[in-house]
Amino acid sequence: MALVPLNYYLILSAVIFSIGVIGVLVRRNLIVVLMSIELMLNAVNLTFIAFSRYLGAMAGQVTVFFVMAVAAAEAVIGLAIIISVFRHRQSLDPQEMQLLKW
Amino acid sequence: MVALTQLTLPCDLLRWIPLLPLAGSAINLFFGGRMGKTAAGLLASSAVAASFAIALWVFYLLPNNGIFRDLVYTWIESGSFKVNFALQADALTAVMLLVVTGIGFLIHLYSLGYMEHDTDMVRFFVYLNLFLFFMLLLVMGDNLLLLFVGWEGVGLCSYLLIGFWYRDQNNAIAGNKAFIVNRIGDFGFVLGIFLLVAELARQGVWTLDFVELEKHVKLLSPIAIGAITLLLFVGATGKSAQIPLFVWLPDAMAGPTPVSALIHAATMVTAGVYMTARLHFLFELAPGTLHLIAWVGAATAIFAATIALTQTDIKRVLAYSTVSQLGYMFLAVGVGAFSAAVFHLFTHAFFKACLFLGSGSVIHAMGGEQDMRKMGGLKEHMPRTYWTYVVATLAIAGAPFTAGFFSKDLILWQAYSSAHGSGWLWVVGWLTAGLTAFYMFRQLFMVFHGTCRADAKTKAHLHESPEVMTEPLIILAIGSIFTGWLGAPEYLWGSRWDKWLAPIFGAHEGAHHSVQLELGLMCLTLAIIAVGVLLAYRFYYKSSTAPDSLAALAGGAPYRLSFNKYYIDELYDFFIVQPFTAISSFFARFFDPWIIDGIVNGVGASARGLSSVWRGVQTGNVQHYLAAFLIATLALLAYFLRQQ
Repeated sequence: MALVPLNYYLILSAVIFSIGVIGVLVRRNLIVVLMSIELMLNAVNLTFIAFSRYLGAMAGQVTVFFVMAVAAAEAVIGLAIIISVFRHRQSLDPQEMQLLKW
Repeated sequence: MVALTQLTLPCDLLRWIPLLPLAGSAINLFFGGRMGKTAAGLLASSAVAASFAIALWVFYLLPNNGIFRDLVYTWIESGSFKVNFALQADALTAVMLLVVTGIGFLIHLYSLGYMEHDTDMVRFFVYLNLFLFFMLLLVMGDNLLLLFVGWEGVGLCSYLLIGFWYRDQNNAIAGNKAFIVNRIGDFGFVLGIFLLVAELARQGVWTLDFVELEKHVKLLSPIAIGAITLLLFVGATGKSAQIPLFVWLPDAMAGPTPVSALIHAATMVTAGVYMTARLHFLFELAPGTLHLIAWVGAATAIFAATIALTQTDIKRVLAYSTVSQLGYMFLAVGVGAFSAAVFHLFTHAFFKACLFLGSGSVIHAMGGEQDMRKMGGLKEHMPRTYWTYVVATLAIAGAPFTAGFFSKDLILWQAYSSAHGSGWLWVVGWLTAGLTAFYMFRQLFMVFHGTCRADAKTKAHLHESPEVMTEPLIILAIGSIFTGWLGAPEYLWGSRWDKWLAPIFGAHEGAHHSVQLELGLMCLTLAIIAVGVLLAYRFYYKSSTAPDSLAALAGGAPYRLSFNKYYIDELYDFFIVQPFTAISSFFARFFDPWIIDGIVNGVGASARGLSSVWRGVQTGNVQHYLAAFLIATLALLAYFLRQQ
């Protein structure tokens, strides 16, 4: 298998991470925001794997497992919150959730 | 000064003397309404009776060079400064205890009759018992701070009792006046205590204990002692109604008559005299202050006596005579004759309580009328009141072998012969004795002799008061004669009184004058008293036009001056009260809303104004926060990367 240079991986993951960040910041649907967060997490995971392979160190891969486990939990809780928010407000637009300001 | 032997009483007996009236007051406060008026009154009276019994027993057990102490608990402890809540009884306190509880008990009994038609009788007895508690604390406290607690407490109770019939605005105002005037005096008193503590502390002694104070008093500089005694005397002028703070006492007659007898004759007003006697070791070291006290006392005595000459309200005459007699006591204090001052306090308590209660009996019979011009001829209707009143009048005027004769004569003699005394002080006291005899007999004749000037309805109502009111009168009248015999001069059978108090005040050395001189002065005093009585007899017993022509003398100016109390109230009102209220209202209308409120509101408004600038940042939109978060993270990242 032809060796893909490390930089390619890093650029790809940076691109995916940026897409995730922009999604979190600008989308008007909480579910999409949650998906964007997942994108960011997985971009980071990709970086970890790439470095792990490049440096021949297993610690990076172990970290990825932790991140995946946390992401799963986060997705569960996040979705539960979203459902209950939707039941209350019939809306998923984060711009309408501004009750905590004075 | 002899060091007093420390003794303890079994069963902590001493603390029960003040505690019983306090308990009576508390029980009546919470359950009095349910128990009913009579039960509440009986409970209050029996609490005081029990206190009196204990006081008698303490008096019986107490050797005159001993002191009973009862430490209840340590009240304040801060470093080496320690104040105990401790009670004591020495010879001086024992005398005061007997006066306070004994006369207090008689007045409680009397009140049972006097107040029986009053719907608020329970409240009355609550106050009365509370008053006695504070008064007992005042005389029993073993340190200056505890004395001050009692001092303030009686001030509070006198306010409550003077304004007892608070539905009448005037009574409430009189109560306020008493409270505020006393407060002015108390201010001086507090400053005196502070100065005393501070000055002693500079010498390394931290104490307020009377016994300790007496030991260490020599450490103080004469200037410090002068200032301290002056400030303490300011307190005494407030409580004991001396010039210039006497104005509250005549107004205090707005309260029920037993209150006038209890507070404004027998107990509370004597607090100042007691305090100076208790701290005699301080005052003795301040000849300047003593001199001032003597002259203030003498001036008050004659000043109040001249006012009493023309008053027409039966209780007001007595009020001014109280002020005048207190002046005598301070005259005695001022010439260093503390024993004589306390002796006059003791005898005065009897005849003045008798006079006040007698006047209460008259007012009771007259259906609330207090104007002497509408009385007269009451002798036939109320013989017991009349005869006790005669005895007490003789006593206060100083007729031979009555209590007032001995005590007043002792004071006059000390004013003349003591090292601090002078002939002029004697002359003022002597004149006052004549005035006293005149105005007291004027009152006696106006009230009890001649024809009755009341309207027909009041006349029909006239009756002798019930036994429960007249019995105390009789006991007090007996006391008005025989208590004086304890302090007879040397040329008769000698004074048991001075011997009893000698361990406290020290044996009286003083310059030795001849007995002839003493007898001569006494004869002069008796002469002017006789003149006073005779004049009163001529003017008021036989209907004469002399009073009217005297009143018209010099265009009536002297009469009006006396009748209107030298316009002292008006002067105070104009020079002190009105400027004070003007300044107050300036502060209330301008300073407080604009400056004080302005500062407070300004702080709030400026915080709000500043924050409104930043408030826009907080949109409440999570995505905005996250964007800020991102930008900040990137900035930090750039910063740290640049660093490397």
